Amino acid sequence: MAVLKTFLYLVVYPGLLFLFVYATFVEWFDRKVYARLQNRMGPTHTGRAGILQPIADFVKLMAKEDVVPDLADKKLFSALPVVGLAIVITAGLLLPVWHIDPAVSGPISFPGDVIVLLYLLSLPTLVLFLAGWSSTNAFSIIGGTRTLTMLFGYEVPLFLAVLSPAVLAGSWRLAEIAAFYRAHPLLILPNLIGFGVALVAVQAKLERTPFDIPHAETEIVGGTFTEYSGKKLAFFRLMADIELVVSAGLLATVFLGGFGGGFIFAFVQFILKTLAVVFLLSTLRAVTGRIRVDQVVTFAWKWLAPLAVLQLLIVILIKGFAL
Amino acid sequence: MKFNIPIGPQHPALKEPISIRLTVEGEVIRDADLRLGYNHRGLEKLAEEKSWIQNIYLTERICGICSHSHATCFVQGAEKLLEIEPPRRGIYLRYLVSELERIHSHLLWLGVAGHEAGFDTFFMYTWRDREVVMDLLEMISGNRVHYAINTLGGVRRDLDESLRKKILEGLAVLKTRSEYYYKIGAMEPTFIGRLAGVGRLTKQQAMDFCAVGPMARASGVDRDVRKNDPHTFYNEVEFDIATADTCDVLGRTVVRIKELFESYKICEQILHKLPDGPVAVKAPRKAKPNEVVSRYEAPRGENIHYIVSNGSEKPERLKVRAPTLANYPATVEILKHGFIADIPLIFAAIDPCICCAERSVELIDSRSGEERTLRFSDLRRMANERARILPLQRNVAWPF
Repeated sequence: MAVLKTFLYLVVYPGLLFLFVYATFVEWFDRKVYARLQNRMGPTHTGRAGILQPIADFVKLMAKEDVVPDLADKKLFSALPVVGLAIVITAGLLLPVWHIDPAVSGPISFPGDVIVLLYLLSLPTLVLFLAGWSSTNAFSIIGGTRTLTMLFGYEVPLFLAVLSPAVLAGSWRLAEIAAFYRAHPLLILPNLIGFGVALVAVQAKLERTPFDIPHAETEIVGGTFTEYSGKKLAFFRLMADIELVVSAGLLATVFLGGFGGGFIFAFVQFILKTLAVVFLLSTLRAVTGRIRVDQVVTFAWKWLAPLAVLQLLIVILIKGFAL
Repeated sequence: MKFNIPIGPQHPALKEPISIRLTVEGEVIRDADLRLGYNHRGLEKLAEEKSWIQNIYLTERICGICSHSHATCFVQGAEKLLEIEPPRRGIYLRYLVSELERIHSHLLWLGVAGHEAGFDTFFMYTWRDREVVMDLLEMISGNRVHYAINTLGGVRRDLDESLRKKILEGLAVLKTRSEYYYKIGAMEPTFIGRLAGVGRLTKQQAMDFCAVGPMARASGVDRDVRKNDPHTFYNEVEFDIATADTCDVLGRTVVRIKELFESYKICEQILHKLPDGPVAVKAPRKAKPNEVVSRYEAPRGENIHYIVSNGSEKPERLKVRAPTLANYPATVEILKHGFIADIPLIFAAIDPCICCAERSVELIDSRSGEERTLRFSDLRRMANERARILPLQRNVAWPF
């Protein structure tokens, strides 16, 4: 029975199947919001209001020819999409929405899981870099190095911004942080700067405009993904979608009070809060143009990092005087 | 670590085939080389086979975006050779279409610049508003792209009062929209961050490399055929040459948006001052032996047609110098020492029209890298030789 339960947990809910369905829905939502902001229709054809379009895209890519370049490191090249997908799904399991009781201890919720989650969210960047590097294509290599260059910009501000609410809550455990802010809703307000910093940093992590530099179509064709096709490309795209869901879930947990209440209520909260975060990210994507990779690093260290430090300072002062 | 990146002949940033070879060190470009010849169509040779009136429609097909520019440039020259003077109303309508074409071309360019800078929302907005001017052009001429409004001695179609009102309404809409784009161009930080300081071309360089059009005007060179040529229609309307002194891609964007406003001004003046009378006169079939150089300020810069007539009903020679060709030397120079991320922007900033500028065939040996430029006679000799060497195929199946 326990084996079956674990199996269902990993494969059906909240594992592979649920995350797949929800990630495609979020991609549809993102595309629709982006299109409406650009005065376009977005997907309309497949399913009601085009809601099945991301799944159709996935199925189509799975059926396409899968080419591996002759010069590429074939094992690495083929393993990376699967590894990347596995990493983000593992990260998804750590979100505290599936285990709503903070008292439950186990492999899924444990002190320090916020660090593990951040770490798991950093790994896809490394996967993308290796993917670009192992393709041995000039465009892919440039895309891969751009991925890493950007990492040095946004990673530290993201960590600082996400950890300051944790410092205020006095816990390294996602469920406890969320529970703390549900108990003291007013304390969400001092974290607003951090929320802004984290939103921008997550946008950079997800490589969306204005940070879509590693696969800037007009400069380096497909960037990291130039040589990827078929199933492997489908896996990478699914990885990006799930990463979007997990990042939105992380921000919602840490900054927006998480997902309290019973099973159903927590689930509804999870949907609403992640969609709200994704809406903000989509708007940011629509209203900006792409910047250069050197501008990312400059921007991150000139603005994001100082703001994140300021956030940490505010949190420490509040913790010292008010609590 | 240095390595070569090929941009083109097929590349997402390029809408037409051209090849740029770049030597890069990390993100910085060390050397650039431009190769043409992927889109040669033999239009100049073809023009010698066609009559004067047929050639209007041929020159129109040199370019899909500035089709009216090439046709007008040719017609201006041909009318000199045929010794006819179009009526005033015909001239006014011809240059009304010219200015509307400039508006459509600049709106298109703004969208492309937005797309190259990864700002797709800007692209979608400008192209939506471009539909307004495209519809106006369709109402005037009956066509959206190749207007074919020109004919020898005037224009083909007249304008009535209701259409005149519709054009004025459309211009009012476009004006408010362009003000909004001007604001975006001046305020959106990611967009400015991408454009400012990119692709610097000093005033001296712009003159040395003979840059034309918005490229030169953004470097502070106030060169515009509409103003500089004393014998044009444009002496009858009031407008200013739009210039900028930032010498970069941002300046080129600003110049184009300013030119939009100047074009709206010119269009309104034309519509208010439109004289009565016929729109065209009858043109003779043959031109006396003579030669003419015709200049025209296309949206991309100065367009030159050199036409020779020999007393027959066909031109002896037509030579086209499209503005894009004049801007290539400056582009290669400013590509050096830039970033990879700036290539599409720098290249887009000249508003390249590659098929306009294709004039010669150059062969590169793929094994040795050796290059040679071939003349037509060489190509014919090679073809004959190959036909001689190949065995005659007697049992070839007819393909149906």
